[in-house]
Amino acid sequence: MWNYTKDVMDHFLNPRNVGEIPDADAVAEVGNITCGDALKIFLKLDKDGRICDAKFKTFGCASAIASSSALTELVKGMTLDEAAKVTNKDIVKLLGTLPEEKMHCSVMGMEALQAAIADYKKRHGEEYEMVQDDPEDHEGRVVCKCFGVTDTKIRRVAKENNLHTAEQITKYTKAGGACGTCLDQIQEILDGLWKEHKAEQKPAKEEKVDDFDKLSVVQKVIKVQSIIDREIRPALEHDGGDIELVNIEGNKVFVRLKGHCASCMAAKVTLKNHVEAKLREFVSDSIEVVEEK
Amino acid sequence: MEKVVYLDNNATTAVAPEVFEAMRPFLTELYGNPSSIHHFGGQVAAHIETAREKLASLLGAQPSELIFTSCGTESDSSAIYSALSLCHQRRKVVISKVEHPAILALGKELERRGYTVVQIPVDSKGRLDMECAEEMIDTDTAVVSIMWANNETGNLYPVAQLAEMAHKQGALFHTDAVQAVGKVPINLSELPIDMLSLSGHKLHAPKGVGALYVKRGVRFRPFIVGGHQERGRRAGTENVASIVGLGKAAELAKQDISIENTKVKALRDKLETELLKLPATRLNGDPEHRLPNTSNISFEYIEGESILMLLDMYNICASSGSACTTGSLEPSHVLRAMGVPYTAAHGAIRFSFSRYNTEEEVDFVLEKLPPVIARLREISPYWKG
Repeated sequence: MWNYTKDVMDHFLNPRNVGEIPDADAVAEVGNITCGDALKIFLKLDKDGRICDAKFKTFGCASAIASSSALTELVKGMTLDEAAKVTNKDIVKLLGTLPEEKMHCSVMGMEALQAAIADYKKRHGEEYEMVQDDPEDHEGRVVCKCFGVTDTKIRRVAKENNLHTAEQITKYTKAGGACGTCLDQIQEILDGLWKEHKAEQKPAKEEKVDDFDKLSVVQKVIKVQSIIDREIRPALEHDGGDIELVNIEGNKVFVRLKGHCASCMAAKVTLKNHVEAKLREFVSDSIEVVEEK
Repeated sequence: MEKVVYLDNNATTAVAPEVFEAMRPFLTELYGNPSSIHHFGGQVAAHIETAREKLASLLGAQPSELIFTSCGTESDSSAIYSALSLCHQRRKVVISKVEHPAILALGKELERRGYTVVQIPVDSKGRLDMECAEEMIDTDTAVVSIMWANNETGNLYPVAQLAEMAHKQGALFHTDAVQAVGKVPINLSELPIDMLSLSGHKLHAPKGVGALYVKRGVRFRPFIVGGHQERGRRAGTENVASIVGLGKAAELAKQDISIENTKVKALRDKLETELLKLPATRLNGDPEHRLPNTSNISFEYIEGESILMLLDMYNICASSGSACTTGSLEPSHVLRAMGVPYTAAHGAIRFSFSRYNTEEEVDFVLEKLPPVIARLREISPYWKG
């Protein structure tokens, strides 16, 4: 038995916007009966280019119907550019939550919306790059043959929902859920994706502030403390030491070295080369570290 | 508690009130260990033997041919592992494509251990391909295991004929009869079946008790070792209350077995006939050879979980061959083996009756279900009215 939220049950029992729009400005259908769920969406735009009506028809389980209903409610009043930014997470948020095994229902909602936007653009002779399409690899390579899921879709859903295991991918996209022969391949894709992602994330200096002096004391403490926790303490702990933030005055950061570090002959070097260097790298070049005994 | 219309008796059944009463003393004052030397414990052993006699009587077996276990799955595993370890020169197991996971998953495990496991296919009505069976069962086959009745469709399988095929090649024959016992008459004294598994909770006994029949003269190696219980064939202190309950349930089943084919069948048939009048419906299974209590109907163009969820609003319990109900992504392996089209497999609903169901309940379902189907079809993009 599924533990559906009240909102899922409400959208399932009283689905909003069921039906078709005969003179719709955009129509799209995703999924198919073999897979066990399918969604057809109709959008109507007003003269300002906002979605004034959205209707759906869905074949599927309670969460598929609820996700479709939520999607139509969500996009009403949006421009197509706004709608293009809607993800499966927005649908899930509106429903409270979905069981993880049912996440693919929300993903189907987002796909239908993307396809409908593409349909609109096509009708108006515009190009539209659907979010699920990798610009360098338009079609993607089919990884799961049973459900026809491509590597581009796997990467996108994994990124958007922070998924790390093949099992999670199955729950969000169905890929690997039938014969299971592609599960190893899916894991490889994920491992590759997150490795790349980590490499991209490395130079995370965008949080650096130019005018440290102008921050409030609380802001300073939060910033400095977070860098101490993330970048400084682990190395000290590795050597059996620790560090404590005592005070901040202007751009002077007062810290106390503890454990092995407190009695270490190289404490001064540690302060300059590690603590101060890291704080200058990640917070502000103006920082000066002072040791409290 | 609100009134529940329970049409899911192939999943589990209500404990019969008589069964509960029979069990009660063994959960209260008669808590002794049947293996004890003192009278207080020892007296309990006699009740286990009475239960064994009652169950034997239902099956047309000798009491000494029955081993109490914890469930149908344990009985299945015990039977197959015993057969394999006793004829270790044979490396093959023959099962069917429509077996319960208790056998299917065991088959997968045996493959990992280096055995060959083959599955007899079925036709569109779920009937076994007997020619194929004949070919598959060979002199390398240690054991053939085919269910007596299918849990999803209710189909009955020709176990006697299959047992003869197995014996002709020197193989043992086991049947998972979890769905058949108590629903169809069984007389093992006249059948060439070597081993049979059954489960208490499918026939109004509690969950957590089952039995394995091993024909006299068929060798058996225990699956669980450690004690002398069950004459050394299944170690572990007996689940006395449940065994007594199973005995009582067997006694009731024997007494009421004719009801299955009259009252229960009539209720099933009424529901089925009326539901099949709805457009785009189909019966899954073999109407000629079927349990009298089971009906598996596909409502095309809609999905089973949605149907069950809406029925649940009326406290009507049934189950589905749909993928979504279990969180798996593929519809029932039984329906797929039968080649039921996906349009129908996703919307398959199983209704399974017991002697406790009433005509009012059937009428209630007939009142509530058609609007549910219509409502979901209204939402479905495939339904063209």
